[in-house]
Amino acid sequence: MQITRRSALAGTALAFGAGIGGLPYRSAKAQAANTIRIGVLTDMSGMYRDNTGPTSVACARQAVAEFGQRGFNVEVIEADHQNRPDVGVNLARQWYDQGVDVIIDVPTSSVGLAVNQIAREKNKAYINVGSATADLTGAQCSPNTVHWAYDTWMLAKSNGGATVRAGGDTWFFITADYAFGHALERDTANFVRASGGRVIGQVRTPFPGTTDFSSFLVQAQASRAKVIGLANAGADTQNCVKQAAEFGITRRGIKLASLLLFINDVHGLGLQTAQGLTCTETFYWDLNDRTRAFTQRVLPRTPNNYPNMIHAGCYSGTLHFLKAIADMGVAAAKASGVDIINRMKAMPTEDDAFGAGQVRPDGRRLIPSYLFEVKSPAESRGPWDYLKLVQTTPAAEAFRPLGEGGCALVRS
Amino acid sequence: MASETTAGAIASPRDEIGFWGFSKPQLAALAVLIAFIAVAPYFLYPVFLMKLLCFALFACAFNLLIGYVGLLSFGHAAYFGMGGYIAGHTAKVWGLTPELAVLAGAAFACVQGWIFGWIAIRRQGIYFAMITLALAQMVYFFCLQAPFTGGEDGIQAIPRGSLFGVISLEPDMTMYWFVAAVFLAGFLFIHRIIHSPYGQVLKAIRENEPRATSLGYRTDDYKLVAFILSATISGVAGGVKSLVFGIATLTDVFWAMSGEAVLMTLVGGIGTVFGPVVGAAVIVTMQNYLAEMGAWVTVIQGVIFVIIVLAFRRGIVGEIANLLRVKL
Amino acid sequence: MDEIFGIPAPLLFGQLLLGLINGAFYAMLSLGLAVIFGLLNIINFTHGAQFMMGAFVAWMLLNWLGLGYWWALLLAPLIVGLSGVIIERTMISRLYKLDHLYGLLLTFGIGLIIEGVFRNYFGSSGLPYRPPAELQGGWDLGFMFMPVYRFWVVVFSLVVCLATWLMIEKTRLGAYLRAATENAALVQAFGVNVPRLITLTYGFGVALAALAGVLAAPIYSVNPQMGTNLIIIVFAVVVIGGMGSILGSVLTGFGLGVVEGLTRVFWPEASATVIFVIMAIVLVTRPAGLFGRA
Repeated sequence: MQITRRSALAGTALAFGAGIGGLPYRSAKAQAANTIRIGVLTDMSGMYRDNTGPTSVACARQAVAEFGQRGFNVEVIEADHQNRPDVGVNLARQWYDQGVDVIIDVPTSSVGLAVNQIAREKNKAYINVGSATADLTGAQCSPNTVHWAYDTWMLAKSNGGATVRAGGDTWFFITADYAFGHALERDTANFVRASGGRVIGQVRTPFPGTTDFSSFLVQAQASRAKVIGLANAGADTQNCVKQAAEFGITRRGIKLASLLLFINDVHGLGLQTAQGLTCTETFYWDLNDRTRAFTQRVLPRTPNNYPNMIHAGCYSGTLHFLKAIADMGVAAAKASGVDIINRMKAMPTEDDAFGAGQVRPDGRRLIPSYLFEVKSPAESRGPWDYLKLVQTTPAAEAFRPLGEGGCALVRS
Repeated sequence: MASETTAGAIASPRDEIGFWGFSKPQLAALAVLIAFIAVAPYFLYPVFLMKLLCFALFACAFNLLIGYVGLLSFGHAAYFGMGGYIAGHTAKVWGLTPELAVLAGAAFACVQGWIFGWIAIRRQGIYFAMITLALAQMVYFFCLQAPFTGGEDGIQAIPRGSLFGVISLEPDMTMYWFVAAVFLAGFLFIHRIIHSPYGQVLKAIRENEPRATSLGYRTDDYKLVAFILSATISGVAGGVKSLVFGIATLTDVFWAMSGEAVLMTLVGGIGTVFGPVVGAAVIVTMQNYLAEMGAWVTVIQGVIFVIIVLAFRRGIVGEIANLLRVKL
Repeated sequence: MDEIFGIPAPLLFGQLLLGLINGAFYAMLSLGLAVIFGLLNIINFTHGAQFMMGAFVAWMLLNWLGLGYWWALLLAPLIVGLSGVIIERTMISRLYKLDHLYGLLLTFGIGLIIEGVFRNYFGSSGLPYRPPAELQGGWDLGFMFMPVYRFWVVVFSLVVCLATWLMIEKTRLGAYLRAATENAALVQAFGVNVPRLITLTYGFGVALAALAGVLAAPIYSVNPQMGTNLIIIVFAVVVIGGMGSILGSVLTGFGLGVVEGLTRVFWPEASATVIFVIMAIVLVTRPAGLFGRA
């Protein structure tokens, strides 16, 4: 008797241990048919937290608040994909299966591309804002996906062409050794060559795990290139910039072209170190009256972190999505993600953050891109007054032409 | 380690070995486990459960080394990740059926385990852990550079295919039964190894290697075989995981993944049969559901590890077994 | 211009020097790790987080209290070292009789907590920190530009490493320490307060990590994950040098910095992996490390 009781106890304990896995699952499933659910899948705990993360969520919520009540409820949920494709895929599948209608943001290209597959498989809507890869509207384009704020091609075009025209015609790349870095280097090199410049060398730095770039910077300097292209992001870029200043590279007239630099990175570097860098964005809070108004509205939700183009993209993408839903009706929207995306493509986009725009058949959202230069401490007049506009690329030219991406949606 | 694990593993008189090396409490626990696997997909999200089972198998394979041979490998991600890459590549590019793709992954992990094990088993303790870590980092570097792995993007859109070319695994529930079958087979296989005469020799080596040597056992050979088995099963787990998610990426070969295997086993209970399964359940659940708690994930994870190390060192299953004075 | 293996000789000298400077960081971090391992038998996986704390405390001192770099160099190690003492007293001290694994996991967990808290409070994109005015600028050595600050880092860390080595090898306190490493019970019987010695040793090792963090703040991005990637490399350095060997970890730190620097010229992609290749080779041929006793 004793043994069986023990055995039973042991079994129960095991069942309890294994069973905690499922507790919260059902509770999330209580949902009304009249509720649109928006899932913000982002990096809450990794190196892109400030560039995406909580501020992306705040901006999506701001859009929902401004959209108001138009006959259906809207719910925003958030999750941290930890920059791991497997975690991202698991969450995306689970969300879609549990009635989430759209997933938005998804930084880190590997995760962004993986979620792209899931959205298509489940026929749900997907608005990618945070990933840089131009493949989302190229080889891997999908009828369920819109790519909202930027991509590697657009960064390369804005920065590469303009820098060569300004006299920086010989380039050396310091490239983070992974897919994003390679793509950024390749695209930029093409523009450098097309504008009459030359690429005289490149070095691939291990990612992640490199904190000291002085060795690579010295190699770049020894190549006698006029421009050092930084095809990396986040902490890598910051370390490069910091150490380039230390080694007097910028003072000797060599130009640093940071191909992906967010205003939050500038904040992290400080103007003293970052001044003179160029960066390409599609949004800057101090660009015009409308962007300033948007920023003032959203700042109470994110007091310590000003919005960048990804954050503004989450706002604008959510708003446009909700407009499309209001236009087509909740029942039709729940039936097919492709229909939502088609409706979004059919309607012109319009919001305070980006002004007017449109979504192309391949899922690329067209907006102008801006080349900025980081101000010197003397030029900066207040908190987060960091950038000055150098050049604007009109929406029609800012992104890769429709026919060149190899997107299957375009050929058919 | 030895004193710690054996404390939980001292057999009480009631632990007479029954069917297939399972004692009665273990049989009861096994029955609950099988019942859970059979019923769970109707209540819980199947993809989540599949992930859980893959990691549970991975942790069991890891436990085979640390729990029964006393070898702490800090490089098991190499076999798990390569198993995933090979299975993904063969399924996607060569068009192999899922069972063959997983076998290909396992075969590769087996060869890899053979070579790495041959190098590593000459060292013990922390040095063994370090060699396995070093070798795994080289594998990581290979995966980062080799074109077929797709670098940071990984191998994406891996088809689940049709089992034996007949049964489509695309529906989540069908895939779930396939994963459950693989997991149970692996789990029982590991259990069988532990309770075979060969397993008894492994335990003797763990407790006192010079003595085992003096009894005439070629301990290095025994350790190597255990290492190869552990690596191969890890490869199976990795291969199945890549089919479940349709993706094989660098995170699976990164050293943090090796750390995860250690954590799962520790949380569940080192040297217990069911510990790794429960540990994997806890960790995978934490990753999944804490994800919605946003920024505090790492803090909560850290707190849990600290509490376990300070207060529940035998792990969940180990503590329960100790409380009930049975082996689990 | 002379060339060595197709690389201009001046460039190569420059890279050797840069490698040496990087080695200074490895040396200081691995020194702390080795000191802790030698006496406590604990692999301190919190080391990366404590390195990061050093840099952050320097930033806080500057921005909250207006205390500059030189004060930070003194105060940050003390503050972080004190936090280490608290961690040792409340948690680590319970694990000494157990396997390495538990200490490793505990400190790993503590590291996760510290990192997460800092990330929630300061965000992840980093904080600005400038080198002090006295150490800005640099010299043109002909074959390369040598920033004053890097020179300072290498000299200062050499002094710290040497002082630590002297303290352990030549002073009475160091003698107690070494004796306690060999046989704690016996030393205790002679009337030395071994638990306190252990606590102070942990605090000292942690302070070394924080000191390295302050040194790093002006040249590396100050963000919560700055120590995460370093810890595994530093750990490898300690293993190659021989676990617990003070001199070994210092020499190996500088040596591997140089090897890594050279790899960055010849095969940059592999520069993060080369340390592990060396570790595998060393462990296969000399199991106790280059300078350790088997």
